[in-house]
Amino acid sequence: MSDASLQNGPEMGAPTTKSSILQLDQRTKKRNAAEARFRAYGIAAIAVGLVFLVVLISSIIFKGVGAFQQSFITLDVELLESKLDKSGERDIEKIKKVTTFGYSPLIENALKAAMEEAGIENPFAKGKDLRKMLSSGAAADLRRFVIANPDRIGDTVQFRLLASSRVDGYLKGRVTRESLARDKNLTPVHLDVVDQLKDAGVVAKSFNLGFITGADASESRPEQAGIGVSMLGSLYMMLVVLACALPIGVAASIYLEEFAPQNWITDLIEVNISNLAAVPSIVFGILGLAVFIQFAHLPQSAPLVGGLVLTLMTLPTIIISTRASLKSVPPSIREAALGVGASKMQTVFHHVLPLAMPGILTGTIIGLAQALGETAPLLLIGMVGYIASNYPGGIIEGFMSPNSAMPAQIYEWAKRADPAYYERAWGGIIILLVFLMTMNIIAIILRRRFERRW
Amino acid sequence: MNDMTKIERALEMKDMKISAKNVQVYYGDTHAIKDVSVEIEDKTVTAFIGPSGCGKSTFLRCLNRMNDTIDICRVEGDILLDGEDIYDKRVDPVQLRAKVGMVFQKPNPFPKSIYDNIAYGPRIHGLARNKAELDEIVEKSLRRGAIWDEVKDRLHAPGTGLSGGQQQRLCIARAVATEPEVLLMDEPCSALDPIATAQVEELIDELRQSYSVVIVTHSMQQAARVSQKTAFFHLGNLVEYDDTTKIFTNPEDPRTESYITGRIG
Repeated sequence: MSDASLQNGPEMGAPTTKSSILQLDQRTKKRNAAEARFRAYGIAAIAVGLVFLVVLISSIIFKGVGAFQQSFITLDVELLESKLDKSGERDIEKIKKVTTFGYSPLIENALKAAMEEAGIENPFAKGKDLRKMLSSGAAADLRRFVIANPDRIGDTVQFRLLASSRVDGYLKGRVTRESLARDKNLTPVHLDVVDQLKDAGVVAKSFNLGFITGADASESRPEQAGIGVSMLGSLYMMLVVLACALPIGVAASIYLEEFAPQNWITDLIEVNISNLAAVPSIVFGILGLAVFIQFAHLPQSAPLVGGLVLTLMTLPTIIISTRASLKSVPPSIREAALGVGASKMQTVFHHVLPLAMPGILTGTIIGLAQALGETAPLLLIGMVGYIASNYPGGIIEGFMSPNSAMPAQIYEWAKRADPAYYERAWGGIIILLVFLMTMNIIAIILRRRFERRW
Repeated sequence: MNDMTKIERALEMKDMKISAKNVQVYYGDTHAIKDVSVEIEDKTVTAFIGPSGCGKSTFLRCLNRMNDTIDICRVEGDILLDGEDIYDKRVDPVQLRAKVGMVFQKPNPFPKSIYDNIAYGPRIHGLARNKAELDEIVEKSLRRGAIWDEVKDRLHAPGTGLSGGQQQRLCIARAVATEPEVLLMDEPCSALDPIATAQVEELIDELRQSYSVVIVTHSMQQAARVSQKTAFFHLGNLVEYDDTTKIFTNPEDPRTESYITGRIG
C-alpha cells in the first residue's frame, strides 16, 4: 500500500498515513496467502486420506466379494436302497454305519447320468477322476441328508452339491488351464467337462450362504469353509466383554471422578489407567494366559477366556471415555442437586449419570468394536489356529468350549496355502467390517437418542 | 461447649437463625475468610456485599456446607444454626442442606420437566406420601416462586426450555419445595434482565415472611432494595455489619463508605 501510494501520491492526494480499505495492504495479502496455503494443505491431506480409503475399500470388496458366491453342481441322486440300507429295515443305527465312501458311487452315477442327459462324453476311464469335480464334502452332505430323512431311501432326490474349489476357481477366473498343468487334483480335461456342464446348466454359481453360516473346514476343502462358527465365538466374547467391562468400567470411573479424594494414590491410578490404554494388546494376551489359563485353569481357546482378556484390554478405553463424559456434565447440575439436599450418590445416579449416558455408551461401543477386531491377545490363549468344526451345543458350551474369533479365523485363512482361502480371508474382512460399521452406527444412534440439552 | 453456655447463648440469640463465630476458611494455603462473625436473624433478608473475590460467596457456601465438595477447602470456627453447630461430626450435610436451601448465580434447572424439577427434593426427602400430596407441594412451591401462572399449563415441559428469569424463579421454587428454614442466594439476579430481576426481588421480599434469606449481590442498589441487614466484606474480612439503612446512609468504616460511593471495588 505504502509503496503504491508513494508513487501515485501527488495525483491521488491521499495522505500516506491513511490507507484505503478497498486496497489490500502488504501484510493482509501475506496473511491471506498463508491462510490459502494452509487450507490447501488441509484439503490435500483429506484428499490423500480419501484416496487411500477408496483404494482400501474397493480392493477389499473386489477381492472379497467372490467368497459370497460359490459354484454348485445340481444333481439328481438316486438313493439306492441296495447301497444305503441293505437290510431294508430303515434302522437308523445300521444306516449310520454306511460311511461317506458308500455314498461316493451314488454321486458318481448321478453325475454320469447328468452328463449323459446333456450329451457330454465322459473322457475319464475311472469314476474317481470324475468325482474330483465335486467337493469331498459332497458325500458327507448326502449322508447327513439320508440320516436325517431315512424314509427317502430309494427315491431320487435333487441335490445342490458343492463343486470342488478348483472348479469354483475356474468359474471365478482364478484357475486356468495353464495353472492346472502342475496340479495333481484336476486336469485341463476336467475343465472341458465343466465348460459343457456349465452350458447345460448343471454347474452354476450362486449365493454362498454356507460362507456366512458355516464352520471352518480342513485345508483341502476351502469350498466348504465358512465364518459362521467363529462369528458366534466373537459374539460370545463380546457378551463377556459387555457384561464385565461396562459395569466395572462405569463403576470405576464414577468412583474416581465423583467420590475419590484427590491424593497421590488416585493420581497414580489415573496415570496407570492412561498408560494401560496404550499397552500393546499382546501383553494382555500373555497376562490372560498366565492368570486365566495357567492359574485359574479356565479352558483353553474358550470364548470366556478370550472375553476376559479383551475385557482387560477394553477397560481403560471405557474408563477414560466414561470419565470424560462425566467431567463434561456441568458442575451446576451437581450443585443444584446437592443444594436441594440430594446425597452424593443420588446426585450422581439421578442427575450426572443420565446426562453422561450418551458419552458412556459411545465409549463402550467403540471399546467393543476395538475388542471385536483384536487378534493379538487371542494368539496366546489359543483362539488363533483352533478350528471349530461344529456349532457349540448350548449357551454354556458356547462360552466354555474351544472356538475361534472372526479376526483369528481371517488370519488362519490368510496363512493357508490354497489360493481359494485367500478369497475367503477377504470375504471374512468384509463381514468383520460390516459388524464394526453396524456397531458404530448403533453408537451414533444411541448418542442421538440419549442426548439432552442442559 | 457445656450445656450451661449453650442455654445462655440460645437466650442471648433470641431470633438469631444463624450465628457464625470466628469463621476462618482456607483454600489450600489461601486464607479466604478471616475471622468472620455474623448473626443472621430469622425472617429477614440479609445481604452480603463487597468487591469480587472478597469472600462473600465463600462464606455463604459455608452456611450449608457446600464447600465440603471442594477438596482443598478447610473451615474453622463455629457456625450455629438454631444453636447447633453445623460443622459438628454428627451433622450430615445432606440433612443440613434440606434445612438450608440454596439458589445459585446461574439458573440451573435439572434437564427434566418443570414438575420433576420441583418434585425432586420432596421425593428424596420423603415429604409426600402420595401423588396428590406431591402435586400439592409442586403447586404450592411454584406459587411461592411466583411462576405458577406462567407454567401451570406446561408442567411436563422441560425446565430448561423456560426463559432465564423463569428458570431462576423455578430454581427458587425448587429450593423452597423442601421446606427449608434458611434460603441462601448466591447472586441470583446477575444473569437476569432488569424485568426478571424485579420479579425475583419482589419474590425475595415475599419469601421473607416465612424464611430467613441470605443474599449475595454485586448490586448495591439491590442490597438496598431487598435487605434489612447488610454485611460488607472486603479482602476476606467482614468490615461492617448493620442495618441496611445505616450501612447505606451512615457507614462507620471508611472502607464501606468508599465502596458504596464507588471508589473501591
